[in-house]
Amino acid sequence: MSVIYVLLPVALFLSTVALLAFIRAVRTGQFDDLDTPPWRILTDDDDALSQVQETRSSASQRSEPR
Amino acid sequence: MPSDRTSCEVACSHCGLPVPTGLIQPEAPSFCCAACEQVYAIIGSLGLDRYYVLRERLPGTRRRAVRRGREYAEFDDTTFARLHVRSLPSGARRIELYLEGVHCAACIWLVERLPRVLPGVLDARLDLGRARAVIDWDPEQVSLSMIARQLDGLGYPSHPFRGRDAALAAERERRTLWIRLAISGACAGNVMLISFALYGGLFHGIEPEYHRLLRCAALLVSIPALWWGAGGFFRNAASALRRGRLHIDLPVSVGILAGFGHGAWSVLTGGGEIYLDSVTMLIFLLLAGRLLERGQQRKAAEAGELLHSLSPTRATLIDGDGERSVLIEALLPGMRIRVRGGELIPADGTVRAGEGELDRSLMTGESRPVRVSTGDRVEAGATHLSGALDVEVEEVGEKTRLGRLLQSMEEIARRRAPVVRLADRLAGVFVAAVLLAALLTAVIVGRDSPSGAIDRALALLIVTCPCALALATPLAVAAALGRAARLGILIRGGDVLERLCKPGTIWFDKTGTLTRGRMERIAWEGSAELERAVAAVEDQVAHPIAVAFRRAVPGVLPIVTGISALPGGGVSGMVEGTSIVIGAPGAVVEMVGADTDHPLCRAAMAHAAAGRTPVLIAWAGSLAGLAAFGDPIRSDARAVVERWRARGWRVGLLSGDAPDVARAVGTHLGIPIERCLGGVTPEGKLAHIQGETAAGISTVMVGDGVNDAAALAAATVGIAIEGGAAAALRAADAFVTGRRLGAVADLLEGAHRTIATIRIGLGFSLAYNAVGAALAMSGLLHPLVAAVLMPLSSLTVVTLSFRARTFDPPRADLEDEIDGIGAVRGEVLPCR
Repeated sequence: MSVIYVLLPVALFLSTVALLAFIRAVRTGQFDDLDTPPWRILTDDDDALSQVQETRSSASQRSEPR
Repeated sequence: MPSDRTSCEVACSHCGLPVPTGLIQPEAPSFCCAACEQVYAIIGSLGLDRYYVLRERLPGTRRRAVRRGREYAEFDDTTFARLHVRSLPSGARRIELYLEGVHCAACIWLVERLPRVLPGVLDARLDLGRARAVIDWDPEQVSLSMIARQLDGLGYPSHPFRGRDAALAAERERRTLWIRLAISGACAGNVMLISFALYGGLFHGIEPEYHRLLRCAALLVSIPALWWGAGGFFRNAASALRRGRLHIDLPVSVGILAGFGHGAWSVLTGGGEIYLDSVTMLIFLLLAGRLLERGQQRKAAEAGELLHSLSPTRATLIDGDGERSVLIEALLPGMRIRVRGGELIPADGTVRAGEGELDRSLMTGESRPVRVSTGDRVEAGATHLSGALDVEVEEVGEKTRLGRLLQSMEEIARRRAPVVRLADRLAGVFVAAVLLAALLTAVIVGRDSPSGAIDRALALLIVTCPCALALATPLAVAAALGRAARLGILIRGGDVLERLCKPGTIWFDKTGTLTRGRMERIAWEGSAELERAVAAVEDQVAHPIAVAFRRAVPGVLPIVTGISALPGGGVSGMVEGTSIVIGAPGAVVEMVGADTDHPLCRAAMAHAAAGRTPVLIAWAGSLAGLAAFGDPIRSDARAVVERWRARGWRVGLLSGDAPDVARAVGTHLGIPIERCLGGVTPEGKLAHIQGETAAGISTVMVGDGVNDAAALAAATVGIAIEGGAAAALRAADAFVTGRRLGAVADLLEGAHRTIATIRIGLGFSLAYNAVGAALAMSGLLHPLVAAVLMPLSSLTVVTLSFRARTFDPPRADLEDEIDGIGAVRGEVLPCR
């Protein structure tokens, strides 16, 4: 049973790591706009399928999605 | 009432709203207005047709395209760049723009295609909820004005985002709330796990050494939840106490502190039970509830600063002999500016030269255009309709009447004390009551059998769970706000719904609220041939009356030559060889030398006496026709008034328009004559509403203009209707998009249903807890059964709250003026 002296701190440490990761995500603005990204997924997919536009707007340069 | 119902068979190829019968093109794309047609052509030429596929597939509102067709030259200005543009380390520039016309998910796609259609734009990101786009571009390849013109062409006129500081502060606050939620969530989860081990130990035995360790660990882990998670509650409560006020966080803080204090005391002295799992869970759930509510509130509350984004960015300064265009920030009192037809007046001042007509409806609620000439005062926020005015600036920016009005609005909104919500009061009391009950059980039963006492107290602590209590209200509110938003009603927060349930007096603004807020042709006397000739002339003029006439006459029009303006207001021209004069009765009579006893002249005077604007037409030198214009009452206005009255509210009319017009409209809607107040200034409206609220009467103000803004803020609940000053009014308690007056009544009924749902949820939760506690105290409930029952209560309440049909889609008979979500038919208004 004395393993709990090791496991309890380990468990708490792991949850602290997860918490810090979450806080970092919040600080970098990943939770600022929760409405748009779900839609963006839907429209992005369609875009990949339609090759026509790609060729028509060939002159423009693409920026990498952040 | 003019007939504005059109068949819904033909939908606009761009926006999908019905096309007026006169504009339907057989076998070709049809458009409801010129802006839609232009935007459709531009989207097609850029190869972005996919927008229409997406628009059909994704849900969202239908909205007519907006186009300003401006040059956006000021966007390249160095002052502008200093104020709004940021330089990125890579050498690129970044700006945040507020886009008009963003309305659905397909807009995200269209705006974010910008880098593909315009070389030099590096990235475009749209925040749909806030209609804000972040644009990165390379200044070497493309100018900001080009970007703005391209966006304008796609139907998104852009404005620099001026409320950055306020927006940043709100963003910081939101992030802090997320972090508080994360910390208390992590703590609550861990404390819960540790507590499970402790509960297990109570059933099967545990060595005192581990018992003490686990209890210490639970206490240790719950400290961050108390410090960071609940810290905000304590601070709010303390500052409210210092000012001698009640705050929603006060009972919550007391409950949390009592629970934690008890737990800490038990751990340190080694006796009694700890209740830390429930305390941390309560903190987490309260924060989750706050965040849930906030998520729905954001859209309603955040756009308050947008007025600044929508006021003109530039003014034409007269400097010596020349004119030059300057940023509005550069204007100072004493300068002279020139305002052309169609422009907004940028500052308060006095007309020094020129004459023209002003649309002051934004400020005064007056629906008829007002003539101004040398020596007259003009105010920021009015639209100049025709001619050119030279204005000497007297007040600028926040010192203008418009600015002061908005400031007082913000001031009032800040001062208003928050309502202590029922659920928050209960949640605090709840924790204390449960602790007391557990203590009593342990003391009373403990005298006879110590082990039985522990079992009973434990069952009590497990079965009584604040989850349902803390979550019932936020969930019901969040669900209701979400449903309301889908109906085009943006509500600031749950307390608005609570306040709407106490009947009092509701005051409606007239222009743009009960009426359509724009000129319509109400009467016509004359031949059909003359009607078409008049429409042909009016087609060339940008006056609201001309536009209203043109709208009433569909079809192909004859050709017009030699148009010139009449000095007294009106136009003359030649239609297929015959002279025609259209204008104000006085001007036309003088022009053709007609007799004032002419039947048409008398009819014109009768119309004028009834509050309408008459226009006489002379054809080949003699009087031949008459048209009357007015601002028609919305068809659902009467039903809305009735629905509020049915809930026990007194209805009144508070208008800036002339008293006789206000009385005429009020009588038509069945509003008692003593509550039809006309000729009220914006300041008067504010004083009136403040007087009533001070007398303890619950007041609701419904309005659409800047003239109502302060009154909206002062009222118990302010309901703004989307209109000319949409952006300024988004800060109101409730904001109705799509110019649908029926939504004002939907709001009231939805509020009653939501509060009923909340009461049922709270009642159920309390009843469950009371029964569970009674069973536990009498020893009939085994702790294990209690642990199974606990989530059941939460589940029931959560389902109950979330599934309640608080805001239903509008009834079919009220649909005729919908311009929004899920609506099949739309209000047919061409773009301005």
